[in-house]
Amino acid sequence: MLEIKNLNYAVIENGAKKNILNDINLTFKDNKIYVITGHNGSGKSTLLKIIMGIAQKTDGQILFNGQDISNISINERAELGISYAFQQPVTFKGLKVKDLLDIATSEKHNLSAMCDILSKVGLCAKDYIDRALDDKLSGGELKRIELAVTLARKGKLNMFDEPEAGIDLWSFENLTALFENLKGATNIIVSHQKRILEIADEIILMSDGKVVLQGNREKVLPKLSINACGRLREVNNG
Amino acid sequence: MDKIDREILERVADLHKVPTGSFNIRKNGESVARNSTKDIEIVPKKNKSGIDIIVKDGVKNKSVHIPVILTLGDFHDLVYNDFYIGKDCDVTIIAGCGIHNKTCKDSQHDGVHSFHIGKNSKVKYVEKHYGTGEGSGKKILNPITKIYMKEGSCMNFESIQIGGVSSTIRKTYAKIYDHCLLNIKENILTTDNQYAKTYFKVELLGENSKCDVVSHSVAEGQSYQEFVSDMIGKNKSFGHVECDGILMDEGRIVSIPKIDAISKDASLVHEAAIGKIAGDQLIKLMSLGLSQEMAEQTIIKGFLYN
Repeated sequence: MLEIKNLNYAVIENGAKKNILNDINLTFKDNKIYVITGHNGSGKSTLLKIIMGIAQKTDGQILFNGQDISNISINERAELGISYAFQQPVTFKGLKVKDLLDIATSEKHNLSAMCDILSKVGLCAKDYIDRALDDKLSGGELKRIELAVTLARKGKLNMFDEPEAGIDLWSFENLTALFENLKGATNIIVSHQKRILEIADEIILMSDGKVVLQGNREKVLPKLSINACGRLREVNNG
Repeated sequence: MDKIDREILERVADLHKVPTGSFNIRKNGESVARNSTKDIEIVPKKNKSGIDIIVKDGVKNKSVHIPVILTLGDFHDLVYNDFYIGKDCDVTIIAGCGIHNKTCKDSQHDGVHSFHIGKNSKVKYVEKHYGTGEGSGKKILNPITKIYMKEGSCMNFESIQIGGVSSTIRKTYAKIYDHCLLNIKENILTTDNQYAKTYFKVELLGENSKCDVVSHSVAEGQSYQEFVSDMIGKNKSFGHVECDGILMDEGRIVSIPKIDAISKDASLVHEAAIGKIAGDQLIKLMSLGLSQEMAEQTIIKGFLYN
């Protein structure tokens, strides 16, 4: 279980303090899928980065299974079982797909094990494990590898930042099936997409660095207005 | 051979024992072991120090090892090795030099290697350089590589400096004719106050000649590296030069690329990127459980040796 208490995050911009996250209080229970949604700039990705330790809170507290993780490093949080799939996958000159998978799981995998991991995101291990993680891979391929690496960690808390972005030929059905099969963990997905929102147990709507609406899917989803492309447009009044 | 010799051979030529096939092991200016085969003959030069390596026409899937060991201080070794590769060959050549200098005087090896590659032949050439020994004397390596490629030939040249070399000036000259492909991969690590300069001059003389030069370097400590390339397209050809450098500590890397498409049908590209390890790369690996130090080591190891 992840508990966020009175979390604030501010930056100094042009000499003035700017609040990015304002007094966030959230509880994420085990075995549930939470989808955080909201317009660009609402603070969704920043919240994930603070949970992972990539950005440092201004004040407040983050408790993971009762332990205060607010001030420990990124890798210490990873060792506790927190996983994070980046919105923009990182490329490396010199690291291969298999290297990242080995690092993610702290073990050397054979082809069969790599196949089990990569087939979950629709990639054939034979074609990919020796590929360099550089810009010769398409955005969609990098995104799927990012998902596979995160899933391979079998984290207790899995966070995905806009996992649907650029998944190209791979279908949404496969993606949503992946998340639905993540049992035994807490899962937080940042997304604008209706089809991702539809698999949520709970939806959290953020706006201007605040949580403005939260609750179970049946309660929250009807209040969100979705455009023709299936993306969040606005919140319906009332 | 003693323990130090064996360690050097392992580091520069991946040799765990005396190789089979053709080889020449040079130590402190003299050949200490040599073997020729019917396919690859090694002949000592008569008028100067060095050997001719002669690969007969049509020889495929064969290799030749010519490592050099230097264990003396106050010693300057100069050697000329000429490779004559016949036509329709496919061979691997493992060179490399390791210097162990425990004295306070300099130890230097200058290897001048010329490759004459016959029509439609394929050559893989790996040259690794390594320095060790705690003496204050410098470990200096100044290789010169001259490459002449006949029609339809291909060469994959890996030039690797794996550490411990105080100073190096590495020069490569290539003349490439019709339908030839030259791939050069250079990986250099410098630390402390080490100095490394590499210079490439590639002339794309033939129609449909191609050359790809990719340099990955890491400068740690207060070390200084300079990458200079001069690629000239004199025919319908393609050339690509890439210099990527990672800076650690106070290290510095200077890249000076020059491309000159004398022929209007030549297409030449250069890219260069120098800077510290990207923050998002460190964060990604740390989010997978590596400490910052481990993440840095993993990135550098992959960058230099993958």
